[in-house]
Amino acid sequence: MFVYLDNNATTKVADEVLEEMLPYLKEEYGNASSMYEFARKPIKALERARAKVAGFLGAAYEDEVIFTSCGSESDSTAILGFLGALREKRDEVVISDVEHPAVFNLRKPLEKLGFKVRVLPVNKNGLVEIGALREVISEKTALVSVMYANNETGNLMPIAEITSLAHEFGAHVHTDAVQAAGKIKLDVTRIPVDMLSISGHKLHAPKGVGALYLRRGTPFVSFLAGGHQERGRRAGTENIASIAGFGKACELADKFLPYENSEIKRLRDKLEKALLEIPYSYLNSDPDSRTPNTTNVSFEFIEGEAILLSMSDKGICASTGSACSSESLEPSHVLLAQGLDRKLAHSAVRFSLSRYTTEKEIDYVIGEMPGIIARIRSMSPFWHEN
Amino acid sequence: MWDYSDKVMDYFRNPRNMGELPDANGVGKVGSMACGDVMYLYLKIDPKTEVIEKATFKTFGCASAIASASILTEMVIGKTIEEALKVTNKDIVEALGGLPQAKFHCSVMGSEALEAAVNDYRGIKPEEKEELEGKLVCRCFAVTDKLIEKVVRENHLTTVDEVTAYTKAGGACGSCKNEIQEIIDRVNKGCCGA
Repeated sequence: MFVYLDNNATTKVADEVLEEMLPYLKEEYGNASSMYEFARKPIKALERARAKVAGFLGAAYEDEVIFTSCGSESDSTAILGFLGALREKRDEVVISDVEHPAVFNLRKPLEKLGFKVRVLPVNKNGLVEIGALREVISEKTALVSVMYANNETGNLMPIAEITSLAHEFGAHVHTDAVQAAGKIKLDVTRIPVDMLSISGHKLHAPKGVGALYLRRGTPFVSFLAGGHQERGRRAGTENIASIAGFGKACELADKFLPYENSEIKRLRDKLEKALLEIPYSYLNSDPDSRTPNTTNVSFEFIEGEAILLSMSDKGICASTGSACSSESLEPSHVLLAQGLDRKLAHSAVRFSLSRYTTEKEIDYVIGEMPGIIARIRSMSPFWHEN
Repeated sequence: MWDYSDKVMDYFRNPRNMGELPDANGVGKVGSMACGDVMYLYLKIDPKTEVIEKATFKTFGCASAIASASILTEMVIGKTIEEALKVTNKDIVEALGGLPQAKFHCSVMGSEALEAAVNDYRGIKPEEKEELEGKLVCRCFAVTDKLIEKVVRENHLTTVDEVTAYTKAGGACGSCKNEIQEIIDRVNKGCCGA
């Protein structure tokens, strides 16, 4: 059996999304910047997709949506584009200790630009607490950028409270919502962030397309030199096929939100409960404030890569917080930030479901995991059965 | 995803000589759980001939750490201690049909475990061994100058990145990178006479 439980890494392109894309990969290949009739369909597709994404995010204006190539580009575009245009005398940026590298690794470039970067700690469940922001925010704060949902734990951060507190101090707010989009309802009218990043391939659109929500009136300068595309805010010929697919994917995601928060959550909870019945396993995600599709569990005494490869032998795909799975020698900075012991960070496995996950698949994983964990543990010098 | 050789995957899936050895008279324990891998090597050595009669392992770590330990046990069984100590990390990599460079430290761990087990058999205590092992260079991963010198010499390493791949030294905070470069320069100067 093949079971894909790594949907926070990437997702399967939905059939409906592919259908939407195909005409622009085949006959309708015109450049949306061209002046002839042949460009009309691509132009229409671009604007139709923009309307869908704007609707999906609850944006007041369609032109608040800028298409990019990915979530990382959206993050850099937002943070550097905003700070580059800022004319106020504010020189501090606040991020959290568990940001995705797309934001976390901007610390040095921002310091080089003369900004002081303040990093908010998280509590032992990996959540940013509003009190932490209250301690550092001031009239000097230019921007607060805290992720909506964490990619490794699925934890949902208190973005509504963060936004209103930041706005009280006149600071702007960006949020990386790549892992929240399609899992919980996003609404930039209800939670008035100034900028928000999303990515196509995390919600059943293809890789290579993302979007940045940029509220009208937010200071912004494009950092990509080039043409006038996206109203001069993101140069480069539009990736029409992927953008069309992205629009469709957002429309579908909206439709599936209730399913995501009932059925997918039920399957995730069922899986999580079974995993936590394995001796010496621990939940690394917050039990409550979390996206409905994600769970992160550590299996003590063993290392994540060995677990993943054994799972892979059974056809099961997931991720680990262990260093061994990457070029890095350090385990997940997210799990370390929440105070997890290094040895437990090395043994963390993330399972992330999607609307294509079936109960049969979850039952299969529940059946296989105890044996996989027992086999790896039998090789560990720290495991003693008794 | 690592591009592991079929042999690495085979030794990971079907580890040979896995488990504790109740009658071991030399046990080598290297690595730390916090760093992500730990290897225990158990040797049963005939005191008269100094031939390794049995060797087993237990490993906390990734597939390549498990495979390195497992194949090492096969490589040393039947050898005398002196012969076994000639097995280098390079030999382990070769026996495994290659390792991704970032995983070379697993093979280095194998040869360290072997040395530690022989020291244990010879009654050299870990404290004395520490003196033999030299000065701590990388504090994050507890790597000494002696180990760095050894891998640089045996594997003809020329860059800090290579040393990190072989020993993990410099792979976390990076504050020891200059010191690693100095060791590389020193060793290479010595061997090439440049």
